[in-house]
Amino acid sequence: MTKRVAIVGIGTTGFRATTPDVSYRELTYEAAMKAYLDAGIEPKDVDSFVSTAEDFFEGYSIADEYSPDQLGAVLKPIYTVPGDFIHSLASAYMMILSGIGPISVVQGLSKASNMLTLSEMVTFAMDPIYNRPLKESPHAVAGLEMARFMYETGTTREQIAQVVVKNRRNALTNPYAGHGVLVDIDYVLNSEVVSYPLTQMDIAPHSDGAVVVVLAEEETAKALTDKPIWIRGIGWCSDTPGLETRNWGEAVYAQIAAEMAYKMAGIRYPRKEIDFAEVNDEFSYKELQHLEAMRIFRKGEAGAFTAMGGTEINGEFPVNPSGGCLGVGNLYELNGGLKVLEVVRQLRGEAGKNQIKNVTTGLAQSWRGIPTATGTVVILSN
Amino acid sequence: MEITDKMVAKTATKLSAEDIQKGKVLSVKWTPNLKYAWDNGPALGRYLAELKNGRIIAKKCNKCHRILIPPRMFCELCWVPTGEWVYVKDTGIVNTWVISYVDWKAGRLDIKGGVRPFTPAVIEIDGATKGMGILHLLNEVDPWKIYRGMRVKAVWKPPEERIGAITDIKYFKPVE
Repeated sequence: MTKRVAIVGIGTTGFRATTPDVSYRELTYEAAMKAYLDAGIEPKDVDSFVSTAEDFFEGYSIADEYSPDQLGAVLKPIYTVPGDFIHSLASAYMMILSGIGPISVVQGLSKASNMLTLSEMVTFAMDPIYNRPLKESPHAVAGLEMARFMYETGTTREQIAQVVVKNRRNALTNPYAGHGVLVDIDYVLNSEVVSYPLTQMDIAPHSDGAVVVVLAEEETAKALTDKPIWIRGIGWCSDTPGLETRNWGEAVYAQIAAEMAYKMAGIRYPRKEIDFAEVNDEFSYKELQHLEAMRIFRKGEAGAFTAMGGTEINGEFPVNPSGGCLGVGNLYELNGGLKVLEVVRQLRGEAGKNQIKNVTTGLAQSWRGIPTATGTVVILSN
Repeated sequence: MEITDKMVAKTATKLSAEDIQKGKVLSVKWTPNLKYAWDNGPALGRYLAELKNGRIIAKKCNKCHRILIPPRMFCELCWVPTGEWVYVKDTGIVNTWVISYVDWKAGRLDIKGGVRPFTPAVIEIDGATKGMGILHLLNEVDPWKIYRGMRVKAVWKPPEERIGAITDIKYFKPVE
């Protein structure tokens, strides 16, 4: 039987639109110090480290090399995953299972406020021959997908706007969130059009921050904490990169990543066996599209369920109680870190005013953003 | 397998410079506009501000007692916040150096035409813990007469030209 692995420590700086007082080094240092304190360990106890960084977002080529100091990982086994935080989590999980050592640490960071030409950085991710000469905005790509998703599922703009209303309201009572606000559906619908049907309020504003998570193998986990949060299943998947050939209506990458995680966790009926989810909502419609892809809802049902309040903190299936990317901020490669952080806080009963009652199993899902079709999923239980 | 002229003639399309210049083949040009504004944070921020004042500042680790330069808010080896700020000197010794005939874009310098080779060096700064220092340039010295352990001193830009950057020091030169 496979060894069990648990999250035994979490640390974060919280998330704000700007962090002019600190460099990326001090951001990670703060999150790491809190995570080690939470786990009751010191960096010397850690057997392996995984950091998460995209060179173009950091502004260094080979950003990896700038990871060790602030994690206490100098002259220790460390490498960087240029993907989502949950990719790094999977990597650390596998390192424990493969016997590298019982304790592994995962780090992620966003200094989005330091990226002055963010839109052009994202455009630079598109194919140079097929797509870039057309000079599409990254948000046009999101608009194309939103339009197709609405067409295939019958989801309305009002239902999608409710995702924004809910998530930004949830953020108001999450002390870590930087973009909480009370708005109504009309405010969202009437906000400035970016790429119709996508409006400004449908897009998650960016945030800075860091998250560090400590993982431990079962015996070590039980010795370190009374509240281990077990990794029950984990999955990741990438669709074809082609904007011409991918499935625009459905998030197939999320579906396959979720099925991989469900299989590992022994979950057959996700809606019944999972209590709540933190899913990627960098764009409002993505929350609904991802929920349907992961079989939490049937195709075309997530919007109606959301409109009826079913995904509120006190609803039948709470989604993004943290406020999600819309309310906490788009953290780029750290987006999965925000999701894992919130699921752990909920399962430990440490989510304060946003605490959902009687939860035992939560799902954290992320996506690598425009123009990717890459998704990650992890199932956690207390 | 050796690739023969016959194989090339049969399978490959030869391109001339003219084909590209005249636009006979598809050519895509894209200059990425990637701009960043790195927040300094307290350690790097003070270091740069002091360079503008014509001084070099370090920070001390109260656990391992190293005088750290460039300064940092935490000791990467002891994993504790660093302690007091310490001014160090603008003199030091050459730890290692190089005589470079190429520039940073890998372009050849016209050495025969009289261009001086670049002489980047790591300077161990007086007052900092041995082995800690600044990566900078050497000048006002015959490149072939630099030696390991050579004593050097910073040559600063005039105060009105300093901006709070590592280039506020123009270079290091030998001291008698």
